[in-house]
Amino acid sequence: MKKQLLTAATASAIALGSLFSVSAQAADYEIDTKGAHAFVQFKIQHLGYSWLLGRFNTFEGDFSYDEAAPEKSEIEIVIETASIDSNHAERDKHLKGADFLNVDEFPKAVFKSTGFEIKDDDNAIVTGTFMLHGVKKTINFPIEKIGEGKDPWGGYRAGFSGKTKLKLSDYGISYNLGPASTHVEIELHVEGIRK
Amino acid sequence: MVKNSKSSYGSVAIAIHWIMALIVFFLFGLGLYMVELTYYDTWYKGSLDLHKSVGVTLMFAWICRVIWRGFNTSPYISGTALEKKAAHYMHLLLYCVMFALMTMGYLISTADGRGVEVFGFFEIPALPISIENQEDIAGDIHWGLAWCLILMVSLHALAAIKHQLLDKDGTLMKMIRPKVES
Repeated sequence: MKKQLLTAATASAIALGSLFSVSAQAADYEIDTKGAHAFVQFKIQHLGYSWLLGRFNTFEGDFSYDEAAPEKSEIEIVIETASIDSNHAERDKHLKGADFLNVDEFPKAVFKSTGFEIKDDDNAIVTGTFMLHGVKKTINFPIEKIGEGKDPWGGYRAGFSGKTKLKLSDYGISYNLGPASTHVEIELHVEGIRK
Repeated sequence: MVKNSKSSYGSVAIAIHWIMALIVFFLFGLGLYMVELTYYDTWYKGSLDLHKSVGVTLMFAWICRVIWRGFNTSPYISGTALEKKAAHYMHLLLYCVMFALMTMGYLISTADGRGVEVFGFFEIPALPISIENQEDIAGDIHWGLAWCLILMVSLHALAAIKHQLLDKDGTLMKMIRPKVES
């Protein structure tokens, strides 16, 4: 009798506990662009002499992530190509023009995942389609979970980082920047707030 | 003969007019040429630096010209009442379009807060405020105004030639040889 009571009490305690605890479960997250806790950065060589970095300041996206079934994760990001910012107005004007991104014709770049291959608790390879400059290609790149948990203001957040390298000419960008600058590295650092 | 008279422009006005005309044609040609250059062309960077420096110089000339005009009389205008009105407004429009064109150019390069370097001697600072995609908006307007200006200049020149050669009223000579008040 005492044992049954104890078991029942423990079960209720656990049930009640899980009602109040905010735990990692299958959830949808919105990338926190309002608080700017997400960055889409690019890196390309200049003449083969140095690295040139820049950002796409305006983008939005969401992802769904389940710690219990991480292979079912999904992510989609839509980038406003006209928000490119390499800290130089004349350069940004050129990059937005017909020679490069042609943002008037292609105002958005989109990545949409199609699958996740889990390596360990914090690492995976994400496969998906990336559309840039009107060209859609299937790409995959490693993605790492940086962390997740409650925030001090009643929300729950999870953050990831990913890095990939793209060949400009694969996306129809054929302007000659020299042999050291045929590829651009894209770095994605996102923090999502659970919806 | 240094200042304008009722029968012709003075030597100062004449000099500024033709110098600015040369600079305008130079900048237009340079502008068309430089945007076709690509990264590994030797003049890729230098042509833009020159375009900006000469553009700022033209702005100074424009300011001097407007001030000089304020201290001077204007010669008579030949032609019908309509032609007189057209001439007056075309001249005004030329001043306005030139000013807007140069300002747009300045707004392209200073959209990120950087100043415009003038022949490496000094820098015109950026305005403390700018708008999103300023370099693109100002760039489009700059391109449009450049073509407007060349069109207007062509009409302006043709009109002067028409009056000088067809109407034989000495219009073009007013801007070539200073004449004392007759």
